[in-house]
Amino acid sequence: MHGMRGLSVFISEIRNCQNKEQERLRVDKELGNVRNRFKNEKVLTPYDKKKYVWKMLYIYMLGYDVDFGHMEAVSLISAPKYPEKQVGYIATSCLLNENHDFLRLAINTVRNDIIGRNETFQCLALTMVGNIGGRDFAESLAPDVQKLLLSSSCRPLVRKKAALCLLRLYRKNPDIVNVDGWADRMSQLLDERDLGVLTSSMSLLVALVSNNHEAYWSCLPKCVKTLERLARNQDIPQEYTYYGIPSPWLQVKTMRALQYFPTIEDPHTRRTLFEVLQRILMGTDVVKNVNKNNASHAVLFEALALVMHLDAEKEMMSQCVALLGKFIAVREPNIRYLGLENMTRMLMVTDVQEIIKRHQAQIITSLKDPDVSIRRRALDLLYGMCDVTNAKDIVEELLQYLSSADFTMREELSLKAAILAEKFAPDLSWYVDVILQLIDKAGDFISDDIWFRVVQFVTNNDDLQPYAAAKVKEYLDKSAVHETMVKVSAYILGEYSHLLARRPGCSPKEIFNLLHEKLPTVSTTTIPILLSAYAKILMHTQPPDQELQSQIWAIFNKYESCIDAEIQQRAVEYLALCQKGAALMDILAEMPKFPERKSSLIKRAEYSEADTAEQSAIKLRAQQQTSNALVVTDQHSANGATSPVPVGQLSLVKVPSMITTENDTSSDHTLSQQNGALSNVDPQPPSADLLSDILGPLAIEGPPDATVQSENNAASGLEGGSDAIDGSAIVPVEEQTNTVQPIGNIAERFHALCLKDSGVLYEDPYIQVGIKAEWRGHHGRLVLFLGNKNTAPLVSVQAIILPPAHLKMELSLVPDTIPPRAQVQCPLEVVNLRPSRDVAVLDFSYKFGTNMVNVKLRLPAVLNKFLQPIQVSAEEFFPQWRSFSGPPLKLQEVIRGIRPMPLPEMANLLNSFRIMICPGLDPNPNNLVASTTFYSDSKPAMLCLVRIETDPADRTQLRMTLASGDPTLTFELKEFIKEQLISIPTAPRAPAPAAAPPAAQPTPQIPPNDPAAILAGLLS
Amino acid sequence: MGIRFILMVNKQGQTRLAQYYEWLTLEERRALEGEIVRKCLARNEQQCSFVEHRNYKIVYRRYASLFFLVGVDNDENELAILEFIHLLVETMDRHFGNVCELDIMFHLEKAHFMLEEMVMNGSVVETSKANILSPIQLMEKAS
Repeated sequence: MHGMRGLSVFISEIRNCQNKEQERLRVDKELGNVRNRFKNEKVLTPYDKKKYVWKMLYIYMLGYDVDFGHMEAVSLISAPKYPEKQVGYIATSCLLNENHDFLRLAINTVRNDIIGRNETFQCLALTMVGNIGGRDFAESLAPDVQKLLLSSSCRPLVRKKAALCLLRLYRKNPDIVNVDGWADRMSQLLDERDLGVLTSSMSLLVALVSNNHEAYWSCLPKCVKTLERLARNQDIPQEYTYYGIPSPWLQVKTMRALQYFPTIEDPHTRRTLFEVLQRILMGTDVVKNVNKNNASHAVLFEALALVMHLDAEKEMMSQCVALLGKFIAVREPNIRYLGLENMTRMLMVTDVQEIIKRHQAQIITSLKDPDVSIRRRALDLLYGMCDVTNAKDIVEELLQYLSSADFTMREELSLKAAILAEKFAPDLSWYVDVILQLIDKAGDFISDDIWFRVVQFVTNNDDLQPYAAAKVKEYLDKSAVHETMVKVSAYILGEYSHLLARRPGCSPKEIFNLLHEKLPTVSTTTIPILLSAYAKILMHTQPPDQELQSQIWAIFNKYESCIDAEIQQRAVEYLALCQKGAALMDILAEMPKFPERKSSLIKRAEYSEADTAEQSAIKLRAQQQTSNALVVTDQHSANGATSPVPVGQLSLVKVPSMITTENDTSSDHTLSQQNGALSNVDPQPPSADLLSDILGPLAIEGPPDATVQSENNAASGLEGGSDAIDGSAIVPVEEQTNTVQPIGNIAERFHALCLKDSGVLYEDPYIQVGIKAEWRGHHGRLVLFLGNKNTAPLVSVQAIILPPAHLKMELSLVPDTIPPRAQVQCPLEVVNLRPSRDVAVLDFSYKFGTNMVNVKLRLPAVLNKFLQPIQVSAEEFFPQWRSFSGPPLKLQEVIRGIRPMPLPEMANLLNSFRIMICPGLDPNPNNLVASTTFYSDSKPAMLCLVRIETDPADRTQLRMTLASGDPTLTFELKEFIKEQLISIPTAPRAPAPAAAPPAAQPTPQIPPNDPAAILAGLLS
Repeated sequence: MGIRFILMVNKQGQTRLAQYYEWLTLEERRALEGEIVRKCLARNEQQCSFVEHRNYKIVYRRYASLFFLVGVDNDENELAILEFIHLLVETMDRHFGNVCELDIMFHLEKAHFMLEEMVMNGSVVETSKANILSPIQLMEKAS
């Protein structure tokens, strides 16, 4: 092991590099050197090989790609001497993953090492298999490993590794590793005296029990005995005590295993355990030595978790809360953090809300802690403990904190504040105040739904109307006003400002002026709202004010020729309506009350009734308390029925567009089965891991039933037709009689979400996963809404994002448990780095009762989300088009097999993907020209130009030309559009954009100086 | 699974050791390490030792110029991991004697051997320093 001088020299050279560039050059040189040496392998001594492999490992650790030498690393495994063999095993574990082909070559050697007599070789082999062993290893080695673990002739150092090796093989391939009848053997293993073996065996037990606790009841008393032995420090070798504490890690692990058993029935075992727990709870003191203190508190926190899980006697529970209350007030930040975290967990498990509420002031202090980790925990806890009694205080604290909160937390904060305000508002005027403050302080984070919701409440409550109108006017008087505030103000003042007319400063003219001065500052989406407000103000002005009228008419006149279709339409219509005199009154009358429309739709969706999973993450108990002011809205329901739908249903996150997809539910269902998208449970249930192992993130690309049956089919699945691509996987892990079936077609939901920004991503009888997205340039903010539809909690909830290389994605904390009928929201940040058509996958799983459900869902963070439509004039278009002279910046392809569609439909389709049709640029009515801009982190916005030439005689083919300043972008966008044209997803019916499809108008004669004619020349 | 990765990074942000217990591509690793290092190194002594990042929780500890960062699942016992880091440091200390960044840098292989003995596939295998170090000692005697 000594020596390897070359390695040391290399490392110190790297260390002496002045900058990254020098380092890279040095690394490149070394890689070249190593590669050359490996080419003449015959002259290499084992020592040389070892040295070079370590160099490779070092370079790889620095973050450089090492794409060769893997064979050499693997071949070292068969070296006869220990040092080389060891490097071979370690390098293989580090450089390769379980799907690597080279691994198969080593299986025989590895097996020989495992069944051989050399202990050290056995250890090396078991460790490697334990770290990266895949299916092949499970098939050929599992029985040998099991034998080693139980062998009495085997020494502990081998057996402890065998235990964890088996754990991996079992976890990865539970269908291959047979653990039937293992309960007795596990129970026997727990009698082990050697603490190394016991530590590993306990990890194995946790995995087995978490999967099926029923089978391992016999291990429960053994765990309690182990814990007792450790807690009383009986027969624990010195080497296994850590600062005087008998292996804290084994204590923690043992208590973790116990948390997988629902209860402890045997009174004797129960008593013993409670004695031990009581000792830990009461006997853990704060000591000076940091390490000892941490170790003893690690044990204490695990004991707290176990007590909570067992839902012990009242006295013990209140001891726990008292301890946690003490912890959240100490100076030591780690303990404070853990105190808050565990208090939140406690909220979920047991009925201690009232005791926790006593600590509210302390928790609010933590919301202002300088440490963001602690602030997050405090926010979560406050959110969880909020109910009608303390909502006002908590929400006001959140609002206050919002102004000083760091950027990363603002979105979560404002969303939580909005939800709590709606859910627990003691009166509606307070609710209006809160939302307006939110818009004022964090307008960027307030989605449209939130202000729509305020409008709904105001519309439905006559008493609230003058209040809201006066309130928004106050905000408009301020100097800087967020655009969302302009929107909500314009709407409310348009409808209700006449109710204020007698107040000072509230004459129609003054209100109009106040609104109108905001117009130059707002975007095109807000202008139509302002125009509507003007029309309403004018209508309400009695007696008519000639001067105001001519002023407003002049504005309508001006916008009559606006390029934005929506604005133009508003202006034209209002101008015409104004001339209608008395009829105007009817047409512009006050908006009717409207929430019932939503609830009835919800009711129509059968599965969702009464629990569409639209409530915030608060316990059912809290939900029942919502008989407060907000219920008022339901009383206005048109049909007068006392709606069984709780108020929370009308949540601000419900988006109307979500509901439309549900109309298709029944037909989708059968369709998806025909696609093979659903894999029914086979007698041998496949594991979720299996899928991910074989296909990784690609799992959703192939029909899962094929991939489950055999690995060989995986490849063919990938090449499957367009139907197969639409498939999506849902594979229950356990054998069960009632398979969890998704509601609706997953693929169609995905396609629909590619075109719009909110809706349901996935739904089954237990859960609804909604998504809501906002895209700005290369940034995306998605929020996942996980809604539990049941009266029992969903546990073991896991959401893992498998991002493609071109996206940077960050998912916030997903709680392990979703309380009954609650909804949790998990923001997901997306940054687009490069153009690519790869799709991010959400690996989502949860457990309900004995049903383990795992689905892999494509996330609609697709290429077109990073596009911004742009209208390009002829003057801008031609020089650009010319400047991209040919491949790779400009690519042309004749595409066949197009789904025939009329040209306007194709134009609509492109528009819906944010690729904007530029009308009139191409003289040929059979052609389309379109433009868009692409946003990524790496480059400034890139202009993309598209031209599609269709053949009226044969609608199944066309020629497409695509140009941009980036070859990858050109290629990816071309392929993207091609995919859309070839297999049009069935679900999304692209909403027809307001603009008239350009190509529909014939262009008969072209004047000689018409830019289009020039373009025609250029294009051909 | 418990431990997802173990990183040792100096205060300039240079990686001195990286061991992953789940497969990430090189690019994912680079991105992850960059983000975590940026987040953790910016923190001060008065702040807690836990940082939430993506689906991980990072438990970290600083020893002189070197940061030990351990990525774990969200439900892992944080303090147990925190002391596991210390156990690792004490073990290295017992072997090298007054262990420092350079020891780890120039004896990367030994640091790896020790980790191999302590963690397998994200689970703790061994916590007795004598047992952890015995294979290395055997090897040194042999050579």
